[in-house]
Amino acid sequence: MGINDVVLLGDEAIALGALHSGLGAAYGYPGTPSTEILEYLIGLYEKGSGPRASWCANEKTAYEEALGASFAGLRALVTMKHVGLNVAADPFVNSALVAIKGGLVLAVADDPGMHSSQDEQDSRFYAEFAMIPCLEPANQREAYEMTREAFDLSERFQVPVMIRITTRLAHSRAGVGVRGARAGNPLGKSTDKAAWTLLPGNARRRYDRLCAIQAELQAWSAASPWNVAEASSRAADFAVITGGLGRNYFEENLGDLGVSGPPSRLHIATYPLPIEKIRRLAAANKRILVIEEGAPFIEKALRGILPSGVEVNGKLDGKLPRTGELNPDNVRAALGLVPRPSARIEVPPLPSRPPQLCQGCPHADSYAAVAKAVEGLPSTLITADIGCYALGALPPFNVPEALVCMGASISMAVGAAEAGYENVVAFIGDSTFLHSGLTPLVDAVSRGAPITIVILDNSITAMTGGQPALLPSGRLEEIARGVGVDVAHVLTIDATRAATDANVAVFKREIAHRGVSVVIARRECLEAIKAKKKKGSAAVEAAKEACE
Amino acid sequence: MTHDIVLAGVGGQGVLSIAAIIARAAMAEGLAVRQSEVHGMAQRGGAVSAHLRISDAPIRGDLIPSGGADLILSMEPVESLRYVSFLKPDGVIVTAAEPFVNIADYPDLGPIIKAIEGLARSRVVAAAELARKAGSIRAVNMVIVGAASAFIPIAPDRMERSIAELFGAKEASVVEVNLRAFAAGRASAAAGRAAGAE
Ligand code: SF4
Repeated sequence: MGINDVVLLGDEAIALGALHSGLGAAYGYPGTPSTEILEYLIGLYEKGSGPRASWCANEKTAYEEALGASFAGLRALVTMKHVGLNVAADPFVNSALVAIKGGLVLAVADDPGMHSSQDEQDSRFYAEFAMIPCLEPANQREAYEMTREAFDLSERFQVPVMIRITTRLAHSRAGVGVRGARAGNPLGKSTDKAAWTLLPGNARRRYDRLCAIQAELQAWSAASPWNVAEASSRAADFAVITGGLGRNYFEENLGDLGVSGPPSRLHIATYPLPIEKIRRLAAANKRILVIEEGAPFIEKALRGILPSGVEVNGKLDGKLPRTGELNPDNVRAALGLVPRPSARIEVPPLPSRPPQLCQGCPHADSYAAVAKAVEGLPSTLITADIGCYALGALPPFNVPEALVCMGASISMAVGAAEAGYENVVAFIGDSTFLHSGLTPLVDAVSRGAPITIVILDNSITAMTGGQPALLPSGRLEEIARGVGVDVAHVLTIDATRAATDANVAVFKREIAHRGVSVVIARRECLEAIKAKKKKGSAAVEAAKEACE
Repeated sequence: MTHDIVLAGVGGQGVLSIAAIIARAAMAEGLAVRQSEVHGMAQRGGAVSAHLRISDAPIRGDLIPSGGADLILSMEPVESLRYVSFLKPDGVIVTAAEPFVNIADYPDLGPIIKAIEGLARSRVVAAAELARKAGSIRAVNMVIVGAASAFIPIAPDRMERSIAELFGAKEASVVEVNLRAFAAGRASAAAGRAAGAE
């Protein structure tokens, strides 16, 4: 390894690339596999050796705060996972119309294979939808370098720029050669008011401008050295286009392509697609296999770009699996290679071992109490939300019946109660509540929907590695009352096994109540206690007692 | 030279810390390293695996292909068998002997161990016991690193230095316990199956 090599996760390489680009501010919402980008920067910020870096209430506020920093002239980074971009879609799409001042880079981590997600949507569609450039690194070094380039592009074209990565890069470490840092921008807001006030008249002009620069973006992409074409001496029957990690898995199999030699290839790392390079490759080949991580984004585009004589293979014709991640093996099969031999032993059937709540997790006690409280009740309906407690949908709990996206526990409960279900309970974690639960609570209160909301307050964002809660534990009661939940129906319980009987009684009463109830089930996450213990905090003992 | 290792275990067993020690030693040898980790939901008590690739040439991907792994290194017998399709025909399994039972249908251990021993050079290491003898049950991961070191083309003293650095911030006794655990694991792997038999 070279002298300037630092061992970094893909996520961290983006963080360092941003830092060395003269970063002025970074915001985000934790979400696997994106979390470690901002975590790295927050670590520096808290030590006083980096610019402001903060977790936010949700991805939309994070995006808007980054946009505000950009408006004020600073270079800003905003991070989230793919589904988080749905939450931030409003500011994201609109920010393509303003005149970006300080470079604004969105780093979004997709999760094909759904290791820790509810879907495997591909963020490249969002970049195309918003008509902004997107860079897709395939290794840690590229993650670092492309992030640096993204800030330049953002200031050059005055649009936000997306860095798209996927799970395996986000969470894999390698040595990265780093270069010197440049200075940040001075504070100084954009003076182009017309470009930043998106009233219809202004927005129309800005949209025309966005459409007009597409040719320039296309020219940039066409000339980008990240898109590498390699012609082969092989007969012109077959070529490969790779995107993202697809390149790595292709190269993994390259040595086995045998006598016919490697096919001609084009690696695509920039969007909008480098159309001319694609056409040139197609002109010399009869068949093209597209190996890209995520949705068949390039593949679909090819069908529109290429003459009909060229056969396109990929995820749409089943050569590669339409869902899940690429890996060296499914890419190998798509290349027509036989599987490598592997060890041959008789393995007895193995039980599956799905993730589960930690032994002694407070959520387990809350689920047990509610399950008991609804026992025998007619017309019950139970929703839950995103976080560790989603695991309550698996055995042995099997409590929630629906679990869709951040905040939907409460809003779906409102809809179901208004549809006619009588005993409706919504489970939501404290950080998810702050993320997307406040607004549906307003709906519920405004119409007096007969639902019981259980806020699981473990004072931490546990699933993503224990980010501290944004507001102090204890503020939730005030919030519920402040929004207008009847004081008598804002209750706090100890989420412990010892308190089960008392808790069951509370739930029975509140579920029977024909209006909004908010029950805050409070006990610290075990991981949070462990983390504190590591820090040698004194609060541990008290918290531990509550668990037992 | 390339050496691909699949690390296996249950979320919370410290699979990543094992990967980190080996990766650190490999880098100190001047080798290229890729270490692919599992974060998020799977870490909660579920089956987890990590891929560690070591090479003296640039490494292409973060994932090991089927039939490509030289070694499966597992904290737990059942988990060691979950990834056998990744193993080269002459690959090796090194696993801790002690089952981690957090599921109701945990199978009979006999056939599991027998399957592991179906691979000629595999090792089932009484890791917990060796760790206890070394001075702390918490050093069980170091026993596993030690046992694996017998199969990984990195000098053992390089591994020891990597351990010493990792625990360097703690008291000297912690470093000693972990180094003893490493040595015990290495010796047991070298001695063959005897150590894991009981
Ligand atoms: S990390 Fe915390 S919240 Fe998540 S399952 Fe464990 S104890 Fe429960």
